[in-house]
Amino acid sequence: MSLTLAEVEHIAELARLELTGEEKERYRQQLSAILEYVARLQMINTSQTLPTASVLPARSVLRPDIPAASLDVKDLLSNAPQTDDDQFRVPPVLEQEP
Amino acid sequence: MSDLAGMGVRQSLAALKDGECSSLELTRACLERIDRLEPKLHAFITRTSELALQMAFEADQRRHKWRDNQPPLPPLLGLPIAVKDVLALKGVRCTCGSKILENFIPPYTGTAVQRMLDAGAVVVGKTNTDEFAMGSSTENSGYGATHNPWDLERVPGGSSGGSAAAVASGMVPAALGTDTGGSVRQPASFCGLTGLKPTYGRVSRYGLVAYGSSLDSLGMLVHSAEDAALLFSVMAGYDPLDATSMDLPVPEIHLDGGDLKGLRIGVPQEYFIEGIQPEVELAVRQAIELLQVLGADVKAVSLPHTEYALPVYYLIAPAEASANLARYDGVRFGLRQPADSMLDIFFKSRGKGFGAEVKRRIMLGTYALSAGYYDAYYGQAQKVRTLIKADFEHAFQSVDVVAAPVAPSTAFRLGEHTDDPLAMYLEDVFTLPANLAGVPGLAFPVGFDSNGLPVGMQLMGAHFREDLLFRMAHAYQQVTGWHLRRPELV
Repeated sequence: MSLTLAEVEHIAELARLELTGEEKERYRQQLSAILEYVARLQMINTSQTLPTASVLPARSVLRPDIPAASLDVKDLLSNAPQTDDDQFRVPPVLEQEP
Repeated sequence: MSDLAGMGVRQSLAALKDGECSSLELTRACLERIDRLEPKLHAFITRTSELALQMAFEADQRRHKWRDNQPPLPPLLGLPIAVKDVLALKGVRCTCGSKILENFIPPYTGTAVQRMLDAGAVVVGKTNTDEFAMGSSTENSGYGATHNPWDLERVPGGSSGGSAAAVASGMVPAALGTDTGGSVRQPASFCGLTGLKPTYGRVSRYGLVAYGSSLDSLGMLVHSAEDAALLFSVMAGYDPLDATSMDLPVPEIHLDGGDLKGLRIGVPQEYFIEGIQPEVELAVRQAIELLQVLGADVKAVSLPHTEYALPVYYLIAPAEASANLARYDGVRFGLRQPADSMLDIFFKSRGKGFGAEVKRRIMLGTYALSAGYYDAYYGQAQKVRTLIKADFEHAFQSVDVVAAPVAPSTAFRLGEHTDDPLAMYLEDVFTLPANLAGVPGLAFPVGFDSNGLPVGMQLMGAHFREDLLFRMAHAYQQVTGWHLRRPELV
């Protein structure tokens, strides 16, 4: 299992990570080695096995819809890089090229 | 009492109760010990000395005003503790060992920490961790590595390495940690401590910054099983704020009596593999023999899919991490790198804010979940996880606990594995299965190697049977002294 540089760039694009050229090459090598190692899982016959998403017994965690106090807006906004009144401020999104 | 710092939890609480010292005196002793040893160990990312002195003062006031006819005082009143820096404490910076959260101040306190505060604990600081708890040595911290109090050239283990170093060096009697793939048990083992990874769903994760949500658990690092049981009884139990928290009663833990008659210990051959440090195997086998002398029945069991735990974990955990860490986008909190477009803010903030190991796992997880590879990697890993879980279910039909080494070797040297991620991942080979199966694991010291480094053993039990692990480890600690040894440094 050997990843190409183009594959590494595609994964970084999906993960929204800006990588340097040196990082891309290092991750290409390291991820290839890790993927080669984990490939041993392909040898196991799991045709009769269901996947485990959670180790807990499946159960409902619904609760009654009763209004209650939530965290303070000012507190929550205090960690934001940029705010505008009671909102998070970001550069325009819709004007971008497709 | 010459030095108040360095006592265990029970001892500290007894000293407070009997009036041998005040919480202010005990807390000051801890802060002085931190002042003295922190330059060598670097166990903390953020220290909260003023907050601690204030909390200690209030604890003393409360104890002073208490009268016999009033309800009992909270169980940990005035006890200094440290908290791993992935757990939210309102108003105190929580970095997760990451530069992306360098200035993040949580607007709330997580449930387990709140329960400790309600029980009277005094927080002296937030401890160092591998970035977002991803690592086995605490070298992946964005704030520098922590050193092992038993040998400053060696790692304390990870990712709860700051908590382990703080307790092992007597800076605090107890510290909270988290365990996604061994991050409480392995540092406990490397530092000669007792550390619990509870059953998945037993201790609320509300306020624990998410890494691998189907694996994350919250435990503690202390000097004895007795201390661990006490903190467990404070932190465990249902919390509506964590949808994975189970609505089950937390049993009272009865430790008295060292008789283990009727308890069955399984010894899995798959944990005594080639490549394990001979002194580790010897110490663990001797500890099992001693448990047998104390009355337990010992038999061989098989957990045949153990060797697959590592590849399964290193697909599932990064996959979950890649989703969980998508929230660091430079919009609502955390680092924002200036850029003209939203998309560039994402790329640049994440590229700059995350460290090498976190990026590596995000990349690996993204790949495992991506179109065309999902079934072969993530899907197959989830199926093999079922087989690993079934191994434990099968074993627990014939034994009550499984005993095994925590790690293949004692603490390794700083820098030994930093260039080879796969070699670092192999350090977790014996701790990952418990997380994948969701079962509880208790690590405790069972000897020392020829370099004077602690060796740890873990007991794993069926879901929600922490009580058996505490009982067995306590019986062992009643007749041995490994857990009482302290590093020369202190």
